[in-house]
Amino acid sequence: MTVLGYRIPMMFSLLAWFVVWEIVGQLDLTILIPPFSGVIAAGITMLPSQKFHDAITITMTAFLAGMGLSLLVGIPLGILMGRVKAIGQLMGMWVNIFESSPLTAVIPVLMALLGFGQATIITTVFLFSVWVIALDVQVGAKHANASLLEMGRSFGASRFALYTKILFFAALPEILAGVRLGLIRGVKGVVIGQLLVAIVGVGELFELYSRNFLMEEFWALVIMVFAFAFAISETVAYVERRIEYYASTR
Amino acid sequence: MLNTVLSARNGQASGTPEAAVQVEGIGKRYPGGVEALKDVTLDFPAGELTTLLGPSGCGKTTLLKIIAGLLDPSKGQIRVKGKQVHGPGPDRAFVFQDFALMPWATVLRNVAFGLELRGVAKAEREATARKYITEVGLTGFEQSYPHELSGGMRQRVGVARALAVDADILLMDEPFASIDEQTRRKLQEDLLQLLQIEKKTVIFVTHSIEEAVYVSDQIVLLSRRPGTVSRIIRPNLDHSTDLEAARRDKAYLDCVDEIWQTLKQYLV
Repeated sequence: MTVLGYRIPMMFSLLAWFVVWEIVGQLDLTILIPPFSGVIAAGITMLPSQKFHDAITITMTAFLAGMGLSLLVGIPLGILMGRVKAIGQLMGMWVNIFESSPLTAVIPVLMALLGFGQATIITTVFLFSVWVIALDVQVGAKHANASLLEMGRSFGASRFALYTKILFFAALPEILAGVRLGLIRGVKGVVIGQLLVAIVGVGELFELYSRNFLMEEFWALVIMVFAFAFAISETVAYVERRIEYYASTR
Repeated sequence: MLNTVLSARNGQASGTPEAAVQVEGIGKRYPGGVEALKDVTLDFPAGELTTLLGPSGCGKTTLLKIIAGLLDPSKGQIRVKGKQVHGPGPDRAFVFQDFALMPWATVLRNVAFGLELRGVAKAEREATARKYITEVGLTGFEQSYPHELSGGMRQRVGVARALAVDADILLMDEPFASIDEQTRRKLQEDLLQLLQIEKKTVIFVTHSIEEAVYVSDQIVLLSRRPGTVSRIIRPNLDHSTDLEAARRDKAYLDCVDEIWQTLKQYLV
């Protein structure tokens, strides 16, 4: 973005919005929008508190467990869907249905099935993220450079070597894109899961703050969750850019 | 002068002990019903460079991939040193038209990859790879990645990788087709020089008549689809003294012209 010939960094638009927020907050129009400075102050008091620490620990545990499961299932599933026609046809429809279905509606059922604990939340993270990973990996596996695979076969690669030494890396750009989207959905999954189960982690904090109209703390938490999702997605995007040269040489 | 041998389809071809690869009655029909090859019988003499030449779509690459074991023939069999083969084997190494280099791996790892797949220890396979990297003239580029190299250099990597596995038979699928003209000439000369040291049986697919005549001991002309052996020609150029001179040789020019007269009939 350039204004009057000066390059304005992206962060500036964020700053501009914070200024607008501060002004609206100071006008005291509604209790829902406290001044931005108050939100920052609340965030700073929140960070070292034991309650926040516990919430983050339990949330990260569920998030990492769910994402780990998603990657372990999503990547091999996607590769098989991309390489084995029968599996692609058999699973493709289901994966697409789950990918586009409103999974939030399923969480109460999961709760009945798995109880009010971490298992439900981990499953939610998994269900939110696994499909997009599988679909992206499928695209990568399907369009992997055919002559690289022929090269592997001609030099006597076993099926296992073909998949782990060639296909995985050939599909890596799409795999990373899938992982990035999966991670973002995983963050949504963990928060929505905790909100609906409503007794643990960040979800509990959200519930607590909004129910008691602690809007400064509420917005501080929103910003932190957003920043976390943004940070991990940017980290993967950075790795994606690092391997961009793949695309130009295949 | 040119020594033109008639098509070997009459059946007397197979069985000579010097044939490194024998193609017997190969036919290939693709699932869609397209017949790419029909009853191809051919011998590839050991230690010689044989070119498969023909109009585009005549099945020359298909034949090469059948010999490599990458495609199954619908009919007939392939013998390597007298033994029938099914699928790829360590006796044959392939050089790809699009180089087929792993973009995520260095030149060193790409060249050593055939050995890596065979489970050769890292130090040993890298030592072998370095030897062939030097041989193809890429010393100093061991740690480079394919995208940092020019097309000609990439194919040198492809050739080094094929040499590193020490297969007796090199299968080259239009190896210089996607490389610019000047680099291609240099690569052709370097290939001939390399083969004087390495003593391989080479099966070379190209659509360039000039390239075929320049590099080949024997040229197999294939007819239009379904591909059959149309003629076999031996250019008999002398490469041993001066690699440059061969291109000005009268035999070279005559041979190019003779092949052109034959291939012309297959063009629409």
